[in-house]
Amino acid sequence: MPHDAMSKLVGDYYTTHFTPDPTSEGDTLILNLGPQHPSTHGVLRVVVEMDGEYIRRSEPVLGYIHRMHEKMGEVKTYLQYLPNMGRVDYLHALAWNWAYVGAVEKLMGIKVPPRAEYIRTITCELNRISSHLLWWGAYILDLGGITPIFYAFADRERIMDILQRVTGARLTYCYYRFGGVSADIDDDFIKETREFLQHFKTRLPIYHGLVTGNVILRGRCEDIGVLPVEMCRRYGATGPVLRGSGVAYDTRRFEPYSVYDQLEFDVPVGKNGDAMDRYDVRMAEMVQSVRIIEQALDALPAGPHVSPDLPERFIPEKGEVYFAVEGARGKIGVYILSDGTAKPYRLKLRSPSFSNLHVFAELAQGTLLADAISIMGSLDLVIPEIDR
Amino acid sequence: MIIELLATPLGHTVAALVAILAFLGLNGLVMVYMERKVCGFIQLRPGPFEVGPRGLLQPVADALKLVGKQLVTPLGADALLFWLAPFISFAPVAICFLPIPFGPIATGMEMNLGLLLILAFSGLNALSLVLAGWGSNNKYGLLGAARAVAQSVAYEVPLLLSVLAIAFQAGSLNLSTIVEGQKGILSWNLFVQPLAFVIYFISATAETNRAPFDLPEAESELTAGFHTEYSGMGFGIFFLAEYSYMIVVCAVATALFLGGYDGPFAPGIWWFLAKVFFLVLILMFFRWTFPRVRFDQLLNICWKWLIPLGLANLVATALVMKLVK
Repeated sequence: MPHDAMSKLVGDYYTTHFTPDPTSEGDTLILNLGPQHPSTHGVLRVVVEMDGEYIRRSEPVLGYIHRMHEKMGEVKTYLQYLPNMGRVDYLHALAWNWAYVGAVEKLMGIKVPPRAEYIRTITCELNRISSHLLWWGAYILDLGGITPIFYAFADRERIMDILQRVTGARLTYCYYRFGGVSADIDDDFIKETREFLQHFKTRLPIYHGLVTGNVILRGRCEDIGVLPVEMCRRYGATGPVLRGSGVAYDTRRFEPYSVYDQLEFDVPVGKNGDAMDRYDVRMAEMVQSVRIIEQALDALPAGPHVSPDLPERFIPEKGEVYFAVEGARGKIGVYILSDGTAKPYRLKLRSPSFSNLHVFAELAQGTLLADAISIMGSLDLVIPEIDR
Repeated sequence: MIIELLATPLGHTVAALVAILAFLGLNGLVMVYMERKVCGFIQLRPGPFEVGPRGLLQPVADALKLVGKQLVTPLGADALLFWLAPFISFAPVAICFLPIPFGPIATGMEMNLGLLLILAFSGLNALSLVLAGWGSNNKYGLLGAARAVAQSVAYEVPLLLSVLAIAFQAGSLNLSTIVEGQKGILSWNLFVQPLAFVIYFISATAETNRAPFDLPEAESELTAGFHTEYSGMGFGIFFLAEYSYMIVVCAVATALFLGGYDGPFAPGIWWFLAKVFFLVLILMFFRWTFPRVRFDQLLNICWKWLIPLGLANLVATALVMKLVK
C-alpha cells in the first residue's frame, strides 16, 4: 500500500480474521458487500472471498441496525411495547403487531370479537400484498431491471392509502390492540379495498407478461440458488423460501389462528427450490391474499371491533406463551415469559429473515457474484428484522 | 481568408472537430433530457418538469452540479491513470465522428478507411474502463474493469463480422460510398442484410455498456463498477462519453443499414439525425425494460450465437457477391 494513511486503517474483527485461506489455490479477493451496498437493501454486510467472479465463501455480518427490541420488551409494560412491533419488520408491520398482540391475548385469555378477527385478517393480508409487491420491485432492481419497482410502488401506494384510513400510519402500523383493533373499518374502507382488489387483479397479468416471462429474468433466476429441503430444515427457513423448495408449510394452514381455518386459500409451492420458484411462490401468494381478503370482506360480521370486557391494566398471571403467525417472510413467533408483573420477564422474537439469511452463506458458495445477488434478493430479507 | 483556410484539408478537419465537440456537448444535454423523459414515460412518472419550461433546463442544472463538485482522488489511487481514464474514454469519440457522413456533403473527413477508423478508435473505450477500474484502487472498480475486458473481447468480434459483411457487399470501407449504395428504402441494408443488423445492434448495445449489457458498472452488484470512485466531472466525462458512443454506434448503424441520409423531401442531414435518434430511442427502451444479463450469459450469447451467425452471414454474403459478379 503506497500511502502512509493506508497502513493506519486497521478495520474490524472481520478485516483481520476473514482472510484468504493460505492452503487454497490462487489469488483471492476479500470483498465487503455492504454495510452500504445497493443490493443488501439495508445495512447488512456480507464479507465474501472471491476467486475472480466466483465466490469461494461468504459470511453475513449482522448488528449494524440492532435496536435491542427484545431488551426493550423487558423494560416496558405490555401496552407500551406494542408500538415497537411496527418497527421490527417495517414491510409487514401488521403481522408483527398480530404476533405480539396474539401472544398477550393467549397469555391473558382475552377473547377477540369476530369482527376484529376479520378486520385483522383483511388488513394483514393487504399488508402482505404490499410487502410482496415491494419485494417484487426490489428483486428485479437487484437483477438490473429498474422499471418494475415504479409499477409496484404505484399499487403499493394504493394499499398504503387504504390502510392509512384506519390505522393512521403508512408504514410502521400500530393498529391491533389487545382484544381487537384500535379503530373500526367503515364502508369507504370496504369500498376502496374492493376497488383495489379489482384493479390489482388486472395488474398481476401485466406484471407476469412484462417481467415473469422475460428470457433474461428466467436466465437469472432458473437453477440459481437451488435450496434443498434438508438445508431449509437445518437453518429453520420458513415462508416463501421454504415453500419454494416444495414444502407446503404455512402457519395459517398448519397452526391456524384467528379465522384462517374458515377461509379458503391454497398454499402455493415450488418444485426445485431455485430463485424462480421463490419468485413464483410469492407471486401466487398475492393471488391467494386477494382471495382471502375477498372472502373476509364478504363474511365480515357486525359487532364491536374491540372486546368490551377488557381488564383495566394488562397484568398477566405467571406463565409463558408462544404465538406464531405467518408473515410475508415466514413464521413470526413471539415468546413471552411472564412473572406476574406489568412487564414481561423475557420476550423473544423469532424473526423469519434471521433464519432465511443464514441459508445465503451456504447457497452462495461457488456461485458468481451476480448470482449471489440474485439469491440474496430471492430470500426477501428485511435487515431491521434480522437484527431486531 | 477563413474560407480559404477551411478549404484546405487540415482546416476542414479542424473545423469539423470543433463542430463535433460542440455537437457532443449539446448532444449530452439533449440525451440527458431525452433519457430522463423516456424513462419517466416508461415508469409512469412525468420526468423532469420543474427546471425551466417542461424541465428543459434540467440537464443544464445536472451539468452545473457535476462541474461544481469536488474532484476527489481516492487514497492509494494511481493519480495519473485515474485521471487519464476519463479522457481516454472521451477523446476517441470525437475522432470517431470524423468519417461519419451526416449529409451528402456534411462529412468531417472523407477517408477510404473510415469504417476501420471508427472501429479502431471506439475499441479504445475498453482501455479507458480498465484504466479507470485499475487506477482507482477499488475492488469494485477492479471487478468492473475485468468485466469490461471480457466483454470487449466478446462483442468486438461479432461487431466486426457484421460490419465486414456490409463492407464486402459495398466493396468499400468508406461510409459515404456505403450510403450512396443504398438509394430507396428497399435497397437499405436493413432489408438486404437483416441478420447483420441484428448482430450489429446487439453488439453495439454491449459496446456502449448500456443495459442489459451494462456489466462493467452493474450498479446493483458492483455499486458503480469502474467509475465507483469518480466524482464530479470525472464521472461526468464518462457519462458524456457513453452518450457520445451511443450516437456513434447509432450513426454507424444508420449509415450501414438504414440508408444514411437517404430520404425524401427534407435535406439529408435531418433524415440522418432522425434515424440516429430513433435508434438511440430503441437503446433507451432496452435500458429501461430489461433486467441485466449475467456476465457469462453475455459471453455465451456472443461466442455461441453471434459469432457463428456472423461468420455464416459473412460467408453467405461473400458467396452471393462472387456469384453476382
